[in-house]
Amino acid sequence: MEQQSTTTEATIRALAEANAGRPGALLPILHAIQDELGYVPEAAVPIVANVLNLSRAEVHGVVTFYHFFRTRPPGRHTLYLCRAEACQSMGARELERYVKDKLQIDFHETTADGRFSLEPVYCLGNCACSPAVMIDEDVHGRMTPQRLDALLGQG
Amino acid sequence: MASKHRIFVPSDTTARSVGADQVAAAIADEASRRGADVEIVRNGSRGLYWLEPLVEVEVAGKRLAYGPVGVEDVASLFDAGFLTGGAHPRALGETESIPYLAKQNRLTFARVGVIDPLSIEDYRAHGGFRGLENAAKLDGAEIVRIVTESGLRGRGGAAFPTGIKWNTVLNAPAEQKYVVCNADEGDSGTFADRMIMESDPYTLIEGMTIAGLAVGATLGYVYIRAEYPQAIRTMREAIARAEAAGCLGTNVLGSGRAFHLEVREAAGAYICGEETSLLESLEGKRGMVRYRPPLPAIKGLFGKPTIVNNVISLATVPIILDKGAEFYKNFGVGRSRGTLTVQLAGNVKRGGLVEIAFGLTLRELLEDFGGGTATGRPIRAVQAGGPLGAYIHPSKFDTPVDYEAFAAFGAMIGHGGIVVFDDTVDLGQQARFAMEFCAIESCGKCTPCRIGAVRGVEVIDRILDGVNEAANLTLLRELCDTMVAGSLCALGGMAPYPVLSILDHFPEDLRARNAQRRAVGEVA
Repeated sequence: MEQQSTTTEATIRALAEANAGRPGALLPILHAIQDELGYVPEAAVPIVANVLNLSRAEVHGVVTFYHFFRTRPPGRHTLYLCRAEACQSMGARELERYVKDKLQIDFHETTADGRFSLEPVYCLGNCACSPAVMIDEDVHGRMTPQRLDALLGQG
Repeated sequence: MASKHRIFVPSDTTARSVGADQVAAAIADEASRRGADVEIVRNGSRGLYWLEPLVEVEVAGKRLAYGPVGVEDVASLFDAGFLTGGAHPRALGETESIPYLAKQNRLTFARVGVIDPLSIEDYRAHGGFRGLENAAKLDGAEIVRIVTESGLRGRGGAAFPTGIKWNTVLNAPAEQKYVVCNADEGDSGTFADRMIMESDPYTLIEGMTIAGLAVGATLGYVYIRAEYPQAIRTMREAIARAEAAGCLGTNVLGSGRAFHLEVREAAGAYICGEETSLLESLEGKRGMVRYRPPLPAIKGLFGKPTIVNNVISLATVPIILDKGAEFYKNFGVGRSRGTLTVQLAGNVKRGGLVEIAFGLTLRELLEDFGGGTATGRPIRAVQAGGPLGAYIHPSKFDTPVDYEAFAAFGAMIGHGGIVVFDDTVDLGQQARFAMEFCAIESCGKCTPCRIGAVRGVEVIDRILDGVNEAANLTLLRELCDTMVAGSLCALGGMAPYPVLSILDHFPEDLRARNAQRRAVGEVA
């Protein structure tokens, strides 16, 4: 266990150092960490702060400001459900109730079996084929409970 | 041997979201099963989204369309001889003759959906880099003069004259200047920026490079929202290819001038579409809005003079430098020159992208292009200009789409998104959502927005619940006034607009009705 956390910390430091020379490096570093680990662990904050010569508070402030950065490990797949107006006009509110009921979780939670995390999103730019969801990086339009069932079944 | 048949299957996010990848695979399988010699090109989307997946075949130099094509249609398309334009229930005739497309003025979007997005060869064959070639022969002041002359105004929403902004940056002395593209397209109902980046990325690269040459900036950033993974991938690949081809880098098209470009991924904060907050984010900070002045044109990214423009503004620059200011200015009405990229979205029968000269009425867009609602019910309201835009009553549908005409009745065109709602919409809930969204996305710097939005949700809940209805309606208007007058930026300053528009034009929805709705099980 200790060895695993040492490895993770080494990974975080390497990613931070690799990007440290870029102007405005903090967001690229946090993206690199999340791409690699799936989330930005609390342990990353002091390491990144140290590499960039920032305070922990500054790094923590940035991590928590942006909705996209997660501080806990996500499920195997992330289901992003669009809650914005164009999708609302085509039944996104009903779809939201359906998904929460089906997965038995609320937004920002992960199913008990660890398969899915559910996140709200405000527009996927798929507004002419609403309502839309994104599973990991794939957008699906004209969503219905039946189509969603089929997609979740594949996960 | 018969010649190779070229088939186009769109690769844009929306086309893929309704099965374009599966259709492309099915066509490839069916072709190999039948021994047909085909080349499948993954073009961008034409933006006729209700017809996606829209498959095209090239026959005798013309592109013929079939759509919407599902995997289950593929075998019958081959049976019908679609490779040579055979008749089929999904046949739509020549793509360019489909009225929705034929009636448009595709200037910025001339190549979108036509070419293979990442092929520089294709891009050049369709007029690409001509604007940049012209610009490379001009001095900065001359480029700025042409852009000013064209009448182009910022397409991100604020509609500020692009040339005037550029001129400020040109005249600001500094060793380093920047060009920043705001690709944080967060407004619901908009997808034009995404389409440019996914379907014709070199247009944006070309426009940003021209901007760099114009003001003497050697470095540019494209700040793209994290919700657009495909746009991020496509832009990164296009930048790498443009550098390799010498269209970007230390010696742009052999001009001896340098321009470098980098994609930066945003992280899901709506406020970062506000330009000063975007700059903070690029600098690696929380996306907190800055006080103005100084303007970003004087002190922008890392304190240096910076052009911050929307994708569509920048992607329109190449055609202006190619065909001249006069050509562009001749489209449009009044002070709204050129074309607007309207995005018809939500509950609309024919949703998609409509690039058209300013001046058409909202009704023409909604009926002639949009064909009414997807559900077939009457339109109750449309929201234009994103989540901060007013809900527009059908009595205003004869207003021409022009920045000033919209502003005259408290609405805005913004980035051109129009979200359609049918008569089942509960505008009380939409008003509540406007405040809820502002509360979720507020950067927290100024009190009217940070606290006001939270109070807004609470007051609306009380009204809907019938608690002191009259007093709370008065309070809601006062709260909206405070937010409009006292917020630092457009988020808190405009989030009340949808609420006020509902109070003014749909007051029947913003009153005590939860008790009644609870009785029929509509709300918990």
